[in-house]
Parts: sequence; C-alpha cells; structure tokens
Amino acid sequence: MAPEGTRYTREHEWVSPTGRDTVRIGITDYAQQQLGDVVFVDLPQVGERLTESATIGEVESTKSVSDLYAPVAGEVVARNELLDDRPELVNTQPYGDGWMVELRLDDSGALENLLDEAAYRTVLEQG
Amino acid sequence: MSPPRKTPLHSVHEELGATFTEFAGWHMPLRYTGDTAEHNAVRESAGLFDLTHMGEIRISGPQAGEALDYALLTHASAIKVGRARYTMICDASGGVLDDLIVYRTGEHEYMVVANAANAAVVSSELSERVRGFDAQHNDVSENYALIAVQGPRAVDILAPLTTTNLDEVRYFAGYESRVAGCEVLLARTGYTGEDGFELFVATEDAPVVWRALSDSGADHDLRPAGLSCRDTLRLESGMPLHGHELSTELTPFHANLGRVVKLDKPGDFVGRKALAEVAENPPERTLVGLRGSERRAPRHGYRVLDQEGAEVGTVTSGAPSPTLGHPIAMAYVDHSVGEPGTTLQVDIRGRSAVVEVVELPFYRRNR
Repeated sequence: MAPEGTRYTREHEWVSPTGRDTVRIGITDYAQQQLGDVVFVDLPQVGERLTESATIGEVESTKSVSDLYAPVAGEVVARNELLDDRPELVNTQPYGDGWMVELRLDDSGALENLLDEAAYRTVLEQG
Repeated sequence: MSPPRKTPLHSVHEELGATFTEFAGWHMPLRYTGDTAEHNAVRESAGLFDLTHMGEIRISGPQAGEALDYALLTHASAIKVGRARYTMICDASGGVLDDLIVYRTGEHEYMVVANAANAAVVSSELSERVRGFDAQHNDVSENYALIAVQGPRAVDILAPLTTTNLDEVRYFAGYESRVAGCEVLLARTGYTGEDGFELFVATEDAPVVWRALSDSGADHDLRPAGLSCRDTLRLESGMPLHGHELSTELTPFHANLGRVVKLDKPGDFVGRKALAEVAENPPERTLVGLRGSERRAPRHGYRVLDQEGAEVGTVTSGAPSPTLGHPIAMAYVDHSVGEPGTTLQVDIRGRSAVVEVVELPFYRRNR
C-alpha cells in the first residue's frame, strides 16, 4: 500500500509528499492491474516545468498505452531512471520502486485539492 | 443493455484472482497473473483458456452441407466428417461479416463457431441463409462452454483425460469424445500459433473439465491464460482479428486471404459475384507486417507514412511482441511500399517511429 498521507487522482495516479514542497508521483495498484505488464515508461526530463493536468509521459503495456498526467503543477527534480531498464517495477512495486517522477510544487498546498485514500476508494468502488 | 454475462467458469476465475474485462457482452478473464507470463507459457509449455463467449451454431439436416456452401465461402459439403475448415461469412458485396471455423460433426451435421462480437449477426444471417434448404439452424451458444488448452505440452496434458488417441487427431480435426468423463467435441484448433485443442463442453460440465485439465497440467507448467495474451499470441502468428484486419468494408482478398474464397465450388454463394470481381482486380492496399525498432509500439488506427512523411497506410493491430522482444504490427499499406525490407514510419501519438515491412507471420512454431 501507499504510505500514509498519499493523495490520489481520478486518473489513478498517486502523489506522496517527500519533503516540505516536494512530492513523488506514480500510478496506483489499480492502474497497473488494468494496464497489464508494463514494457515502457516515457517520463519527462529533470528541470521540465509541468502544468497541472498536462500530459507528461506514457505508460505502455503489451495490451495498451496510457498517458501520464501531472496531478499538480511543479518542476521535475528527479525521474526514476530504474524504469528505463526495469519497467516491470511499475507492476511489482507501484508505490515503491515503481515511482515515476519527483516534483517541486509550485503551490505547497496543492495536495489539498486531491483525493484522500477514502475518496479514492470510493472512486474505485463506483467503477 | 443487459448486464454482461458470466461464463460457467466465472467463480473458478475469481478463485484464481483473474482481472476481468467486459468483452462483447461477457465478463471474461483478461489476465490472471501477467500477460507476458501467460503468453510465454503458451509458447513454452501450455495455457488454459475460457472462450465461452464464442458463438456456436449448429446446422443440421439432409442439405446442411449445401446450405453452408451457399452461406459461407468454404466448400462445406466437401469437408470430411471429423474435419474442420477456417472460413468466412460475407455479405453480398463481399465484405467480411466474420471469420469462422466450421466443423463437420456428422454426415448431416455441422457446427459453425463465430467470434463473440459477431455471434448474433452470424447466427441471424445463417438462419436466413439456410431457408429454402432442407436444413435446420440452431444457435447452441447457450449450451456450450469452450475451453482451450494451447501450447507444446497440450497433448501431454489432455492425453491422460481422454480415450481418444490424440496422435490420430490431426490439425483441424474435431471429433465427439470424452474428457474427464464428460462428453465434448474435441478439436485440434486454436488461435495462438501453437499446437493445441479446443473443447466444446456442455455448460454444466465446464468446471469439471477445467479442473481436470488444470490438475493434469500441474506437472506441465500449464497456466490459466486470459484474453490479453490471446491477442498478442494471435498477432505474432499473423492471424487476423475481425474489427482489425477484417471488416465488412474489406474482402478476404484485402487481407491476403483470397485462398478462403472458393470460387470454383459448385453453386452460388453469398458474395460470389462481388468477390469474383475483386479476384480479378487486386485491391489498392495490402496487409503487411511491420517490425518496430524502438520501444513504442504502433497501435490500431495509427497512420503509416513513407520516408517523406506521406500517408501510405493504417495500422490494424500492434503490440510489443513478448516472444520477439520488439514492437510488431499489422497494417494495410499501398502496394508500392508493401515489399518486405521497405522502410516506413508510423505516427505514434505525434512522434514518428521507424518500422520495416516484414513477412507474416512474425512467429512460426517449430514443428
């Protein structure tokens, strides 16, 4: 499971604080299950500025491909280089080594607008 | 819309932890553990599939063969009892309504197996087309579950469960048999490019047959396999899928499957006139294989471009190939760029990727 304090989006991404104004982003366990075996992850470069809801990358599986969105606005401070050679980490550890990028938030309060765990659970239950 | 139907194996799939998908009005297992592991199991050992969503239509009576000669492209009355043919059902303009397997199960009895998405259309067309013949149409889809065991170990897994000598069951043969004590139509057919069997079983017997196969397969690395890997398996094997490589807008000749059009069989058949014309005037585009060199895979509907960037075709199916380790795709392209070895590009969501035209199939098993 994701660490406490993690927030979620309706696009099945998770956002987890790593510092006062930095967050780590990935896709949820539900998302990886729906995609199937991930074979390629296309991520933004360090230094790129992301606007909220912008398409920032792709996650490709044998079955399909889905866009990765910026859940919040910010600057990319790290990208998970491990995924270049081991994209399957997205399946095996979606909340751990399968993380995708780290952002420095434009607005440190931005997470308040995202879903908490209970709200995300409701989204999943409603299909 | 009625809610999606569940197969008689639904609770078995739930126990196995399947992820389900809604497909053609059915809740079907998409995968159990992972697409790649399931795909590889079918290539290397064996996979167990629930294909109950497929449609089964029985045509019987003294003129069953003649009725199907008229209704389908194949020369059905020439099929020997116990044999099967890959064929198609076309409309009057030669467009493909579906691709099918027809089994001759008796002197006066055939079973037509249709894709789930087209089962209703095929059934109603057949019902119309057998009129005027001394033959009955009977949609038996409700009565049958379809279980497939596919892969190089399929014989070893099935043999202990049946009295039929599998060595004598040739590819595209199908007989009444018993498996795990249940009556089945046992056919050596499939949609994976591997050796294997498809078992048509009474709905209520499906769990017994599934569990028997599953137990027998325990020593043979048999895995339950979902619809997701079925698609990559058929794609590697260059097998067309209706709605992708085949459609009502295209004739079999478009898909390089002119061989299924039996223009020399006696009597008229639906689509004959239109298909005879297409046979004389080859279509502008041809179905080819594409091999990608990058990681991103061409997908259904993407544009194929020549090296100058001019549009020369459309992708019909594509995926990263688990067996080959690079992206593969099938596409309709202009004849002028259809030669193997030709370098083309595919517009993958706004970025172009270099591809090479290659021979189909991408993968052929060692026999």
